[in-house]
Amino acid sequence: MQPPIYVSPQQHMEDRADFARAGIRRGQPVVFASTVEGIVSLTHNASKSLFKLSEIYDRISWGAVGRYNEFEALRQAGIRYTDTRGYAYERIDVTARGLANMYAQTLGELFLSGAKPFEVEIGVAEVGQTPAADRLYQIGFDGTLLEHDGLLVLGGNEQELRQQLEAELGDEPGELTDTIATIRRVLGTTDTHVELALLDRDPQTIRGTHRAFRRLDPQAL
Amino acid sequence: MISPNTPLGMDASFVAHLQHQHPDLMPQATGERPDIAEATTITALSFATGVVMAGDRRATVGNRIASSTMEKVFAADSHSLIGVAGVAGFAVDLARLFAVELEHYEKLEGTQLSLTGKANRLSTLIRNQLPHALQGLSAVPVFAGVTPGTDDAKIFSYDALGGRFEERHWSSIGSGSPYAATTLKRLWSAEASQEQAIDASLQALIDAAEADAGTAGPDPRRDLYPLVYVVTGAGVTQVEQAVIAERVAGLEGHN
Repeated sequence: MQPPIYVSPQQHMEDRADFARAGIRRGQPVVFASTVEGIVSLTHNASKSLFKLSEIYDRISWGAVGRYNEFEALRQAGIRYTDTRGYAYERIDVTARGLANMYAQTLGELFLSGAKPFEVEIGVAEVGQTPAADRLYQIGFDGTLLEHDGLLVLGGNEQELRQQLEAELGDEPGELTDTIATIRRVLGTTDTHVELALLDRDPQTIRGTHRAFRRLDPQAL
Repeated sequence: MISPNTPLGMDASFVAHLQHQHPDLMPQATGERPDIAEATTITALSFATGVVMAGDRRATVGNRIASSTMEKVFAADSHSLIGVAGVAGFAVDLARLFAVELEHYEKLEGTQLSLTGKANRLSTLIRNQLPHALQGLSAVPVFAGVTPGTDDAKIFSYDALGGRFEERHWSSIGSGSPYAATTLKRLWSAEASQEQAIDASLQALIDAAEADAGTAGPDPRRDLYPLVYVVTGAGVTQVEQAVIAERVAGLEGHN
């Protein structure tokens, strides 16, 4: 009988990380940006019914890059988590920070002990009363949790894209239509292959609902 | 966190999720019937393009008034309404759970349930409460909605077993309902405008309050008026209290 091949723990983790990164890099980038009107999220998507952006809770939205079946399971878990918390406590007690932590725990555990790591990167956004109160979180395939200020880029060649977007968008949150136009120019999305969603800053006043999330029609803009 | 335990086909049900993962959060029955607040008289009345649902604000414990500001009518989602009568605690929980159930489905599936689908889902929630109902702890709702973007309005009433009955033009539940129903029946008209339907619903509640001790009439002195919601193909709106006060004044002037 042949002895099992020895792989050092470092090498094992690196292999798993390389595997996950390769899967994520293939995905089209997702961008979240704070604007005066709210938090816009945007990605290239050829499908009309399979979404990469989603509503999670009243003021919280979600976006993902990677394997569809894996991030869809995480999206559903997020909706169950937030709906359960909001029902058990109160709607206001549901926060993006809590949700991002749940994702970080889940992805961290899966990275260490799952059959294979999830090839996904998740973004969670919560719109505040002012752009300064907006929250943007990035959760990596290994459970890494990062907070961003005003701009969040997932997937693709994200560092390069972020630098380019930071330069073009500037430090202050811009108007919604200008921000969308800039992101679309940098990503190079077409009218028919773009998925676009907004978290309204004050949905109660504008539309009489507690749900801030709505999809935008790119052709109507 | 990612649960494989949800029964197949019910992945989008919040209630199924609670029953499996957090049964403690489901509405619970007690061993015996304590002193409990009860809610009374809700009306639902259709008009040309939608439905008006109205409820008085009184909750009673025995012959004592427990609350004069209770809310018994709720927006279940963007295009449907639920009104509740019976044991107040259960009734409000049922309405809250139902609203989360509909929103949960909508978020997971990316689309709303059909109007009849929503009504059937509510049946199941009521049937789950059967053990409570057998202890005299029943809460029975009335449900009304419109298929988004159409004039297709429906009203459903229920029994304590979850039996679902589609009503033709009007429905009323609670202890004052026999009196309210008579008025709704008399004032219903296929061509009624939204304003006429609101007036008829208010009139029905006033008539119920005159005959039933559990139902409160409009109270201008304390500025307390029935809660009135309207649902049409364009969505749910709550009628402002100032508007209701004005309409009530008009009604009482004619009587």
